[in-house]
Amino acid sequence: MRNAPRAALALGVGAAITALVLSGCTPSSGGGGSTQGPVSQEDIDKAMTTPTKLTFWTWVPDIENEVKLFEEKYPAIDVTVENVGQGLPHYQKLRSAIEAGEGAPDVAQIEYQYIPSFVLPGSLLDLTPYGADDLSGDYVDWAWNQVSPDEEVWAIPQDVGPMGNLYREDILSKAGITEPPATYEEYATAAKAVKDATGSYISNLGATQAGQMIGLFWQAGVKPFGYDGKETVKIDVNSDGAKEVASYWTDLIQQDLISVDADFNDQWYQGLANGKYAGWLTAAWAPVFLQGTAENTSGLWRAAPLPQWKAGEEVSGNWGGSSDAVLASSKNPIAAYELAKFINNDEESAMKLATEQFLFPPQVSVLEDPAFVDQESEFYGGQQVNKLFSEISQTVDTDFQWLPFMDYVYSSYEETMGSVIADKGDIAAALDTWQDQLVKYAEDQGFTVE
Amino acid sequence: MSQSPALTAERPSLPAPPKRRTSLTKRRQRRAAYLFILPFFVVFTTMLVVPLVYAGYLSLFESKLIGGEVFAGFANYVRALQDSAFLASIGRMGVFFIIQVPIMLGIALFLALALDSGRARGSKGIRLLVFMPYAVPAVVATLMWGYLYGPDFGPIAQIARSVGWGTPEFLTPENILGSMMNIVTWEFIGYNMIILYAALRSIPTELYEAAELDGAGQFRVAWSVKIPAIRPAILLTVIFSVIGTFQLFSEPSLLNAIAPDAITNSFTPNYYAYNIAFINQELNYAAAIAFLIGIVIAVVSYIVQLSAQQRERRERGIR
Repeated sequence: MRNAPRAALALGVGAAITALVLSGCTPSSGGGGSTQGPVSQEDIDKAMTTPTKLTFWTWVPDIENEVKLFEEKYPAIDVTVENVGQGLPHYQKLRSAIEAGEGAPDVAQIEYQYIPSFVLPGSLLDLTPYGADDLSGDYVDWAWNQVSPDEEVWAIPQDVGPMGNLYREDILSKAGITEPPATYEEYATAAKAVKDATGSYISNLGATQAGQMIGLFWQAGVKPFGYDGKETVKIDVNSDGAKEVASYWTDLIQQDLISVDADFNDQWYQGLANGKYAGWLTAAWAPVFLQGTAENTSGLWRAAPLPQWKAGEEVSGNWGGSSDAVLASSKNPIAAYELAKFINNDEESAMKLATEQFLFPPQVSVLEDPAFVDQESEFYGGQQVNKLFSEISQTVDTDFQWLPFMDYVYSSYEETMGSVIADKGDIAAALDTWQDQLVKYAEDQGFTVE
Repeated sequence: MSQSPALTAERPSLPAPPKRRTSLTKRRQRRAAYLFILPFFVVFTTMLVVPLVYAGYLSLFESKLIGGEVFAGFANYVRALQDSAFLASIGRMGVFFIIQVPIMLGIALFLALALDSGRARGSKGIRLLVFMPYAVPAVVATLMWGYLYGPDFGPIAQIARSVGWGTPEFLTPENILGSMMNIVTWEFIGYNMIILYAALRSIPTELYEAAELDGAGQFRVAWSVKIPAIRPAILLTVIFSVIGTFQLFSEPSLLNAIAPDAITNSFTPNYYAYNIAFINQELNYAAAIAFLIGIVIAVVSYIVQLSAQQRERRERGIR
């Protein structure tokens, strides 16, 4: 989901790889980034009153409720919501449909990091002629930059995951820590105190969880990736900044103060529920997720900003979140755009997403709405968790970018970094291997690597 | 069938040369036979042959994210044969085959013989119990074993700790292959046992009587009568195991969720092909790998069959 636990992906796939390979691979040239003039209000009115059928691929549960609002406003439009899988299976089916030239939806959910991989083959519609530019002020800056790194707008932000620190207040106070660690230096000291006093790990760094590590890079101001929207990529995962972050974690892991269990599986859920981990550096979608996973620890958790590299700073990164994009192949681009916009921009719909589906909002209107931010969460001892993460959301670096082949980047992370982290090896050194693999792949695929 | 009226009409009239008449009947019968197998061939062609040919065609191209598809001849195959990850995955499955298959078939054979001897009480119940794991979908089985293997909360680890043996590490990169062998063995013992048991039941009992008259005990009968008699069935299970081993997919793909650091992308050849196709987005290279997997399976199966035949011939020669 928002978190993209990349592991649980390949479920239910038959063994007959040959057959799989065959299902739809005729190369097709999508349109994309068409340079047409702006769409007039007249066109929009006409499109929205003409009976139209739209297909919307998303894995947000109960999104039918928001779609219903849309259909009430535009009775002529009939939207079919299809859930074809979450994360990777979703993208695989989307790519197959695009390549096959038929069966692709009009609107599709796409996580921010995968947008460039659909921009590359021209599969997404540039939304600027449809008026998407006007929406930029409705979203927090950095989220808008994710869907619109240059002039084009490729999608409408749906939810985000600015990162914070969720921790067990009871365990930390047993170790004499009453305030959440403000800097990484304090965090390291606290980690030792917690381990010595209680035997718990102050947090777990999922060995193969690239999203979390990249979020931490993001916080540290590391810019490992860049893409010009055409054929040039920047790959710099082993920069000095990244190595500094890596060395910090290597040190804590080697002292056995941070665990490195694979995350989002049973073993890990139980670790969260029974105090093996006294905290989790995670994203804004996690507070609600945790309530479901570690129900029995209700009231013991608290939320805080991430520890900082420099005392007094307030910086964070992002982990996860999705947008809704319109496919270039859509025959009803205006209606499709209006759907993507409505779901994530209409006040009532956006509020519903935030308070009923618990997607953390990128919409400024929701982030400022007392009905959202003033909510007190019992699980966190009555803390206003939404308010805290709304504030954190203001501190996320705005220029973070992705590569147009993040599937490979993550899988390569598992191979090169994941095994080293799990073995408690030197993570900084593993960054070099990761860098080499990424550069090789990019060059093999015909990219110019900067 | 449709030809019978024609036949009856023909018989009383001209005594046509018998050769021609049978050939006409034969031809009609043949036509009917073709008609019967036609549906199969239609499905077989559209669902297997055409896709296979298409995959073969695809494997001759090279596709890049930038620049699209170009004809590449056998470049993908050359690349695969130099791809250390692919070769390592084949080697891993070779090890898997050499260790796991004898254990699995040995136990299956032993159980089949035990059930067939009629000495075991409640043999029907036992047969069902042994067969049951095969009825559990591989997905469920692997998830279940993932729980059993769990180092913190898995029952095996908890028992081992309480007896003071420390925590067994089933899911580390070093041990995961063994853990997987265990899962696969557990899953397929019942399946192989049923094949062997069915073969044992079809041996004429006179052979046993004759052996007993000659003074052979149960073990001697099993060794000298039963096992040689079901050799074709054993060969069948071995070949099935060759295919199953080199096509292992759901086990690694599910264990990857539980032990992502231990299961590499290229843990098994099939899993590697899948990852190349859908993660690296190199469909053409994946098609080449899939073909090579098919060739490896064909070659190993052929070697197994050949060596079995040779052995049989040699033994016949001795007698």
